Amino acid sequence: MRIDDQLHIDTPEGARLTLSLAGPLPRALAYGIDLAIRGLALALVAIPLMLFGRGGMGLYLVLLFLMEWFYPVLFEALWQGRTPGKRMMGLAVVHGNGAPLGFNGSLVRNLLRTADLFPMFYLTGFVVMLITRRAQRLGDLAADTLVIHTPPARPARPHQDGDSEAPDWPLSRDDQLVLLAFTDRGARLSAERQEELAALAYPELAPTAARAKLQRVARHVLGGA
Amino acid sequence: MRQSQFEQRYRPQWERLETSLAALEARRRPNAAALTDFTADYQSLCHQLALARERGYSLALQDYLNDLMLRAHRQLYRYRTPLLPGLVAFFTGGFPRAVRHQWRWHLVSTLCFVLSAGLVWAMILHDPELVHTVVGPQQVAELEEMYHPDLRDVSGRDRQDDVMMFGYYIYNNIGIAFRTFAGGLLLGVGALVAMLFNGSFFGAAAGHLTLAGAAQPFFTFVIAHGAPELIAIFLAGGAGLRMGWAVLAPGSWRRVDALRRAATECLPVMYGVFALLVLAAFIEAFWSSRELAPQIKYGVGAACWALLVLYLLFAGRQRRRQGGPHGSE
Repeated sequence: MRIDDQLHIDTPEGARLTLSLAGPLPRALAYGIDLAIRGLALALVAIPLMLFGRGGMGLYLVLLFLMEWFYPVLFEALWQGRTPGKRMMGLAVVHGNGAPLGFNGSLVRNLLRTADLFPMFYLTGFVVMLITRRAQRLGDLAADTLVIHTPPARPARPHQDGDSEAPDWPLSRDDQLVLLAFTDRGARLSAERQEELAALAYPELAPTAARAKLQRVARHVLGGA
Repeated sequence: MRQSQFEQRYRPQWERLETSLAALEARRRPNAAALTDFTADYQSLCHQLALARERGYSLALQDYLNDLMLRAHRQLYRYRTPLLPGLVAFFTGGFPRAVRHQWRWHLVSTLCFVLSAGLVWAMILHDPELVHTVVGPQQVAELEEMYHPDLRDVSGRDRQDDVMMFGYYIYNNIGIAFRTFAGGLLLGVGALVAMLFNGSFFGAAAGHLTLAGAAQPFFTFVIAHGAPELIAIFLAGGAGLRMGWAVLAPGSWRRVDALRRAATECLPVMYGVFALLVLAAFIEAFWSSRELAPQIKYGVGAACWALLVLYLLFAGRQRRRQGGPHGSE
């Protein structure tokens, strides 16, 4: 059993989508950012509206209503499932099958926000998120939506140059994955740690030599030179 | 095939897909040629991702392809329906049909409101002091100030006040309706409490003002906008109860599925509630505050009620088909 927070969805094309679900903390932060943006926008609008007296007050109340109920709906429906706060936190709302969020789905999940708020500070929503398998609050359950991390645009890994060497054992698919993970993550490990890991593969060699050899083998698997 | 050969071979295709994705995500329309390639590119991308996983290519490449596919999936399955025909169909049939489909819940919610209002009203006529058990002293004073012929001051009211009250009604009333609906999700309790409370408050206000001799200003004020406003609140309560019941007694469905089904059924009702309350806010701010003869105001108010009830009962019914096994829906 996997205990990470990834969700795998098989699309009709026969491909498998991997979504990573967002937990309560990034969602709460995104909500906080949105709250600040809404407050700021309202304050900015309130100042000129004050010049118009009670008529301006009426317009302000209409705006207050729109901000409270339709700010998330409009942004999520028209902006790829993201409010400004969610965009900053790298989150997005999608339907349970990975399809993009439409107006209806967004309206359901945001109208039911009040139930999640009950009795205060999103307590109900928080508990429900912990219980459900896909970290959904009540509004998400009713609208069948998920909040996911949107991956930052990553360029494909740059090609590594250098000499390569065929492995001296028959390579299984799992071995291949381990080797590739070693090259992909190597840059983030210290030289000592890399040597330590390489020594597991070639216990008979000196650590530096083992590391160099392992890197050459990995380049071979990757198809370099 | 080695990974580098694989990447070399398909990279132009991925880059083409990325270009059209960037355009689609920025809501620009890519040129027609790029769009014809889009689905084909997406399909082969799915294939290549499966291959990359099966052959154990580097995780970085798999991630890259997965991200690309996720973005393409989100663009491909985006659907937009034309707005205007949808709106017309909604108001000529969809909304009243959605209401009639759940008529039991709306009846329950209406009864909660009407019975609690009637009860409190009768109690206050019987014992005027009871008004203080329902309404706070501050609110009693405000009610009297608003409606009592001797206390209220209508001379200063102008357009500015109309706009301000319009904003207030939008903010307050639609908020109440939405919260009533959402409260229904808490096993129906939230919606039930909201209906009983609002009913009691209305009964208390009506009873107290009747005794205070302000019945005519009060009823001439509320009758016209009361039609859309009260009916919208009844409908929001009914939709909330429907949601709560889906959680309480899902029948042969899983609870989550019952909830989703209920949400789908309730959504058109809530769109309608929103529209009705905007209408009510217009009437309340710009018509109800006019000082006109009571007969005119009662007449217009009665017409509002009759039209709205007839609309909800009869609009969008399909004529019974000849000889069909199912008659009207």
